[in-house]
Amino acid sequence: MTVLRGSAAPPATGVGRRKTVAPHGRPPVSPARGVGRGLVQRLGPVLWVAPAAVVILFVFGYSIFQLVFTSFRYQGNWVGFENFALVVSDPLFQTAILHNTLLLLAVPVLVFLALGVAILLFECRRSVVVYRAILFLPYIIPIPVIGVVFGQLLQLNGAFNGALDGLGIGALTQDWLGNPQLALITMGGVIVWKEVGFGIVLFLARMLSLPEDVYEAAKLDGVGFFRMHWSMTLPQVRPLINFYLISEAIVMVSWVFNYVFVMTNGQGGPGNATVVSELYIYNTAFQSKAPELASAAALLLFVATLVLIIGFFRTQKAGGGTLGD
Amino acid sequence: MISARTLRGNDRGGVKFPAPRTGARALRGNYGAGALRHGILVVAGIIALAPVYLMITGSVKTQDAFLTSPWALPQSLSFHAYDTVFNDQFMQWFMNSMIVTAGAVALTMVCGSLAAWGLVNWPFRGRDTILGVTVSLMVVPPVVLLIPLFQAGAALGWISTFQIVILIYLGLMLPFSIYLLANFFTTIPAALLEAAALDGASPLQVFRKIVLPLSGPPIATLVVVNLLWAWNELLLALVFLQSHDTKTLMVGITGFHSRYSLDIPSVMAGMTVATLPLVIAYLFGQRYFIKGLTAGGLKGE
Repeated sequence: MTVLRGSAAPPATGVGRRKTVAPHGRPPVSPARGVGRGLVQRLGPVLWVAPAAVVILFVFGYSIFQLVFTSFRYQGNWVGFENFALVVSDPLFQTAILHNTLLLLAVPVLVFLALGVAILLFECRRSVVVYRAILFLPYIIPIPVIGVVFGQLLQLNGAFNGALDGLGIGALTQDWLGNPQLALITMGGVIVWKEVGFGIVLFLARMLSLPEDVYEAAKLDGVGFFRMHWSMTLPQVRPLINFYLISEAIVMVSWVFNYVFVMTNGQGGPGNATVVSELYIYNTAFQSKAPELASAAALLLFVATLVLIIGFFRTQKAGGGTLGD
Repeated sequence: MISARTLRGNDRGGVKFPAPRTGARALRGNYGAGALRHGILVVAGIIALAPVYLMITGSVKTQDAFLTSPWALPQSLSFHAYDTVFNDQFMQWFMNSMIVTAGAVALTMVCGSLAAWGLVNWPFRGRDTILGVTVSLMVVPPVVLLIPLFQAGAALGWISTFQIVILIYLGLMLPFSIYLLANFFTTIPAALLEAAALDGASPLQVFRKIVLPLSGPPIATLVVVNLLWAWNELLLALVFLQSHDTKTLMVGITGFHSRYSLDIPSVMAGMTVATLPLVIAYLFGQRYFIKGLTAGGLKGE
């Protein structure tokens, strides 16, 4: 019944025209089904996309618009760049930005560690599955849980210092979270502990797709460990290193709230030693009840994230990078 | 584990080697190097597992035993701490997390797959731009959206309701979901769809009877990734779910640990309960976790 109707109907002009634009060389699924369906046809894509589009427009579109709107106002009145001036001259905001910038230093550490471990895993392919499962586990655990557990372990009399003592390097024991000079580094260490598994798995996935016999041949030719991975493995993993770099840079700039909030009870302490931009925005908006200032700070953070990403892609293009291959 | 199937599509980086040969053991060097490699890996494994070990053993030890020798295996099992946890509001928070997570993930899968199919299947002008913008939304930090969304939520009277959190989670999870599904949908053979269309199947029928049944793996991957994200989310839940009976688990445990800061076994028991569902899911669906969480990078995005 429907078979006849479907096959007999000639494609409507609209459909025919679209067919030529189809990017995958595939004609649209819906053939015209009788007269009077033109409107439904034309509305087709809109109807499919509409639910998601409405939500995305609210969560992102409305929010970003409203953010810009709020950040130029005080109690509803236009104040120009005053909020931005206040935020930028706030020493606490400067400290927060400095801390995010310092956390960026953990990114090369992450890449180095992840790459090293991934290469080691790549070299013992037979045990890959078990090691990978273990090394990826920290990436699964909720950050609040990580924060609480590490907060406990890193106490002055906690298990971490206990382990250092037990290993005979008790001289290294520190008040990891209580010492203002160490707290941010400790925070960075905890972030590295969680995020490194992601890099390992990412790099390893690419490495395991490389053919073994080329490595076999290189070995037979007497190519050494470093030479082999430097000139054979690294170029292949390059796009993923770039992806990991930018992902982790974004994490350090705008996704570290959870660690700081949980490990310092929302204070960013000791003192202001671990205040980051997100915590500044959160506290300004919800503790100091100054949404205009918080909006200005949030907009600055957003712009910083965008600059980071755009700058990254620029250098990628300029350097002939392979990201996006 | 990552299978050859997963990776085949990702060789766009231009691997110019001949086809892989399996079974080769070329990478085994001499025994010394092998031992060193395994040594380093074992240490890395211990570092990855140590906090988890301390968390779980700490939950069944007494406070004294934990303080005197945190690393030792528990001499006797004491589940007293779990009583504290279950007598607290933990189960309520647990249920709240389940509601929020399940609601947001289910809606994301429905809206996301409809939108992805709509975008892939009807090439209209500006479609690629829409997809591109959607993908780029993945990097917008939630803290940027927090204040306007809170003001909107307050205006709607939706603070401390699940629907506002589910709505926001939905919005935040959609970009990646649409991106991943749209990528997958373009690989469905056109002939299959044409045949169905010729048989008179409506677009909705084609979608339900052909496209969705073929999309098991990417959907499973997305469900896992989104579950993980929604379950672990703290910032938005903290701001939007303020009342005691709507707190999610992640919000609950941040307060829980300061309330019981002197009772380490209870804190550790609470953390274990909060982590266990994920770890169990991870043990069974490791493949989907790894595949999903690395999908963004491996697609050469």
